[in-house]
Amino acid sequence: MLAQVVTILLDGLNYASFLFIVSVGLTIVFGVLKILNVAHGAFYAWGAYAAAFSITQAGELGYPDWIGFLLIFASSIIVGLVLGTILERLVLSRMYAQDEVLIALATFGVFLCLEDAILLVFGVDPYFAYQPMAVLGNVVIGGVFRDVYSLTLFALALVVAVSCWWVLTKTKWGKLIAVVIYDREISQAMGINVSAVYLIVFIIGAALGALGGAYVAPTTSVAPGFGIDVIVLSFAVVVIGGMGSIPGALIGSILVGVLRAVAVHQFPELELFVVFAVMAGVLIVRPEGLFAPPKARTI
Amino acid sequence: MVNILKRAKPRLAALASCLLLAAVTTGSASAKDTIKVGVVTFLSGPAAGPFGVPGKNGAELVIDAINAGTLPAPHNSKGFGGATLEPLFIDESGGGAKQVAEYRNLVEKQKVDAVIGYISSGSCMAIAPIADELQKLTIMSVCGTPRLFEEKDRSHVFRTQGNAVGDSIAAARYMIEMFPELKTYTGINQNYAWGQDSWKFYSLAMQKLDPTSKASSKPQFPKLFSGQYSAEISTMLLDKSAVVHTSFWDGDIEAFMLQGMVRGFFQQKKLVSVTGASAVDSLGKKIPDGVVIGTRGKYGLLVRNDLSDPLNAWFVREYKTKYGVYPLAPSYQYAKAILYYKLGMDKAAQAAGGFPSQDEVMQSLKGISFQSFDGEVSMALAKGRQAIHPVGYGLTKWDAKKGEPGVEKVRFYGAECINPPEGILSEDWLNAGMPGAKCN
Repeated sequence: MLAQVVTILLDGLNYASFLFIVSVGLTIVFGVLKILNVAHGAFYAWGAYAAAFSITQAGELGYPDWIGFLLIFASSIIVGLVLGTILERLVLSRMYAQDEVLIALATFGVFLCLEDAILLVFGVDPYFAYQPMAVLGNVVIGGVFRDVYSLTLFALALVVAVSCWWVLTKTKWGKLIAVVIYDREISQAMGINVSAVYLIVFIIGAALGALGGAYVAPTTSVAPGFGIDVIVLSFAVVVIGGMGSIPGALIGSILVGVLRAVAVHQFPELELFVVFAVMAGVLIVRPEGLFAPPKARTI
Repeated sequence: MVNILKRAKPRLAALASCLLLAAVTTGSASAKDTIKVGVVTFLSGPAAGPFGVPGKNGAELVIDAINAGTLPAPHNSKGFGGATLEPLFIDESGGGAKQVAEYRNLVEKQKVDAVIGYISSGSCMAIAPIADELQKLTIMSVCGTPRLFEEKDRSHVFRTQGNAVGDSIAAARYMIEMFPELKTYTGINQNYAWGQDSWKFYSLAMQKLDPTSKASSKPQFPKLFSGQYSAEISTMLLDKSAVVHTSFWDGDIEAFMLQGMVRGFFQQKKLVSVTGASAVDSLGKKIPDGVVIGTRGKYGLLVRNDLSDPLNAWFVREYKTKYGVYPLAPSYQYAKAILYYKLGMDKAAQAAGGFPSQDEVMQSLKGISFQSFDGEVSMALAKGRQAIHPVGYGLTKWDAKKGEPGVEKVRFYGAECINPPEGILSEDWLNAGMPGAKCN
């Protein structure tokens, strides 16, 4: 019984870590730029492809397997920097005055373009970049073999959560972001370079999306269509937690992850249902989500 | 100058009329010389690499060979009823609604003569009613749900691939023959028609063939293309069942195997994979020895080294020459569907003494038996519209000499051993204890 509880918790936290890393970028971008960025799924997919491709190439060139970890982080940063800059400067920066729905549709268009670009650049064959997962091996916890690589996902999620909290509450940058969130026009009047804040926040959000994909890449078959499901899942997590709330994304991820693990272990037929049942339940009780940041009332 | 032009006008008009008439006549003749066929397969999405593109390659190879008349005997006549086939390749990804729209476009705008393809059972179930409604000959090449013909009679649909019933019974027979001591089993199958049917018929077959066997109460049904199976693997590792049945295909089977390998899954469980051969080729040496692998017919990995059949030998050789890799099961399945269409066209054209009508082609397709790249295929079920053929399984074994994946202990089960006779629903036949099954 205890072994089963431990296993369910570990499975749930494992999935929650994955969900948090992916959805935190989405929620940060929404919180600051007020944009529902559907292209976030494409950042995830590009991160996965960039990592899988570089790890595979490194393996073929005879580099040691641990190089894969460096490549995962390098791929995330490069994808975030390049794609994030291109999307923010070429598309979004020209649309901030437009309706939020129009901007969301524009990001959807970008998502489709980036998905097709994957086919052009990487082809249709799947990539297997298993080396970082294989090099860490497995351990027995609660009577079940677990791959150490998935356990490192907890640590990564924790680092991401603490870093976000620290930057937003303890640094000058965090204060600048808070001011821009509160009132863009006043911030601009006070001399804050809002355009630069938007660009940097968007790049960070994109890099976090790419990091989610890059970190998952060694555990799976990286194939076309990789980013489609993840945008739906991360959107569900963000809605549950409250759009724009980082603690909300954390709690939403844990809630979805653990309940899904319970479903898989005890009621497998409900696995698909549980994520969206939680979302529907939260929306009925608290339509703004569990931890939606307070909104300034405008008169 | 103006006068010359004026005088020439009636003559020019007459000449133009003649040229136009000639063009129309030539156009009409070429319509009979060339037929357009929609070939539908996954060209994007997670199923493209392991299934869709190998399927497209198989179709392309055989279409080119038939158009050129270079297939080995007895299929070496040129063309499809004498006509050259021009394929229109369509992407199967995007779900049922998109496929229905694509199908309507093929039939109503592109005016195709037939549609061949479909890998996903979801696509087949969505397309079959539309094919009957639009009255267009449609040959399903890969999908495996038995519901296609067991839920409804079809008028314009054919399927050259055996269904999940034969695949599942063959899997159960193999496990009982090779591992009689493994009495308990669970499953992980995708949560849609193919996955649910595969599990249902595997469980039923196990119960009937070995009443002492016991199914787990918690079989897993993750979403199609889910890609993450950590919780499912944990659940199955905690489950006491010795055997795990899966009908995973596309990128899902590869992801599942990768995640299972690093968690010691294959050391603790005996995996029976109905369509896992594509993953064995993709993952190569990383696949452990001893995994039970099927290909849904005499395809790919199971017959790669048995080149005694001239059609299979030709197919493996030509495919490897053209694409640089071995053909996978979908390559054979698409090639078979194309060949079947050729045979129907040839037979109907011969009977009609010219280019046949669609009704004549469909009549000639019903109930025939033919030699394909995977041996004998018999259109024995669903009033001559559903194929049966042998299905085999083997155990993975890395071939160190060749440096490529191999199999050992391969067993094939005859078509009439693993399929119900005509006129009986598969579930009823299994519940009755498979009366009349002809197993050697």
